[in-house]
Amino acid sequence: MNQYFHSVVLDEEKCMGCTNCMQKCPMEAIRVKNRKAIIDKERCIDCGECIKVCPYHAQKSVTDDIDIISDFKYKVALMPITVFGQFEDNTRIDKIFEATKKLGFDFVYDEAVFADIASIMIKNLLKKQKIEGPVISSHCPAVIRLIQSQFPDLIENLLNIESTVEIAGRLIRRELKEKYQCTDDDIGIIYISPCTARVTSIKRPLGIHYSALNGAVSFKKIYGDIVRNLKSSNNYGSYRKGNLKGTRWAFIGGQSEAIDIDKYVAVDGIFNVVDVLEAVEMGKLDNIKYIEASACIGGCVGGPLNIENPYIAISRFKHMELLNHGNLKYNYYEIDKLLRSGFMHWDKEIVPTEILTLDTNIVEAMKKLEKIEKILKKLPGLDCGSCGAPSCRSFAEDIAKGRAKIEDCKFI
Amino acid sequence: MGEIKEAMELEYEIVPNDFDSAGEASSNLKRILKQLGINSKIVRKIAVASYEAEINVIIHSLGGNMNVIISAEKIEVKFKDNGPGIDDIDLAMTEGFSTATDDVREMGFGAGMGLPNIKRCTDDLKIFSSKEGTILEMIFNM
Repeated sequence: MNQYFHSVVLDEEKCMGCTNCMQKCPMEAIRVKNRKAIIDKERCIDCGECIKVCPYHAQKSVTDDIDIISDFKYKVALMPITVFGQFEDNTRIDKIFEATKKLGFDFVYDEAVFADIASIMIKNLLKKQKIEGPVISSHCPAVIRLIQSQFPDLIENLLNIESTVEIAGRLIRRELKEKYQCTDDDIGIIYISPCTARVTSIKRPLGIHYSALNGAVSFKKIYGDIVRNLKSSNNYGSYRKGNLKGTRWAFIGGQSEAIDIDKYVAVDGIFNVVDVLEAVEMGKLDNIKYIEASACIGGCVGGPLNIENPYIAISRFKHMELLNHGNLKYNYYEIDKLLRSGFMHWDKEIVPTEILTLDTNIVEAMKKLEKIEKILKKLPGLDCGSCGAPSCRSFAEDIAKGRAKIEDCKFI
Repeated sequence: MGEIKEAMELEYEIVPNDFDSAGEASSNLKRILKQLGINSKIVRKIAVASYEAEINVIIHSLGGNMNVIISAEKIEVKFKDNGPGIDDIDLAMTEGFSTATDDVREMGFGAGMGLPNIKRCTDDLKIFSSKEGTILEMIFNM
């Protein structure tokens, strides 16, 4: 996979150069030149904030088409935990799964089941592991990438357990290979994704060499198809569904409740996550055991590829009827065995991107920094965006790096 | 041919009892250290120590400043304030001992871990204090 694959891309034709996305990007990865937005691939963490804020729908997501698994013998759809909140109040979730199956799948699995399993694993791991300072959840791929770029000293605080989606992929493969005596090449698994960062984590994963999933389809793109299938038939099978605690991973705070931990911080919204991570670095959260961090406000229900307003979706989860979640009894011993076998761990180091570093040589970096401070003193400090950079400071950095000219500032 | 010693100096003013800007000096320092590519473990230690010291100046003193000298060999962070001074430095270094007022404690500060935390993070720590003011000199080796 391309070293710079990103699931967030710009449709130049629709872009009006309005600077909304540029101001909203938490990594200051966007510049506007010649009335077009440009995303710096080295800085972008695929959080999708730009997609959410673009009034012209020019910021888009790159996702797979469903037919990427048409050649596989066993076609699997992994439904996101967020899906229940996307449909009218108390639509029977089995019907949603059935409607999705009709799009060409042999099997439909519920991510919430694997959230139940992850909850048990995390709870066990936290009891055993002694990490200094808070453990940071590794569920949100945008947060992991944010840490990799802006908070490299916190990489060691990340929980070393794969996300629910990868756990699902690995366990589904194990189950199908046993049941049908087939190989990995026979199995095609697609995640129906509410999230751009998740698409990236499948196509260009961190911490592992390759994903257990074959691809990700945007939930938004197939929503219409699911709705039409829901209306066209009333028949549905009974699917294995996650328990109530697993389903609540869909919104912020749900994960922390499910792992039953005291002393946690649950933070949503990428800028709020930045604030909390800054506080961790300062040692302000040393008494906190776990940080649940979600780049999207509301948690995963706030992902850019969802249909529904996150707060409406959350209220649906909170009023979920019994038949829409499972009541599965999990084998704690087996799950603990799985945990201890390393089946769910990362096997590749997460290396900092060093995107903030001005130069690998400290003396050169100091010279650049002084240059930036000198330039900054000449600038008006309006952060207006007219130069095509999100702030005067980032503009000064661009000039120091030779990527912009001071004449681009309209106010000098 | 002698070695060219390049060093960078930074200075930030710290206003007493100003909780709007509390932590800004140490945050700015942290950002600069990251831009200079300083080892992330060292950045973390400096972040913790400078934050604690900055809060001490805000809570306990009549105001002061943070002065930083960065070179390729080490980083020196010096906090200087205008009083009223630490009566008993050894006592102040004891974990849990605090002279913070109730107002300050209600804000969540004043747990009495500041100076011990700072000592834990630094490679060398010197404290000088009199009624005229206190100086904290921290050295972090690269």
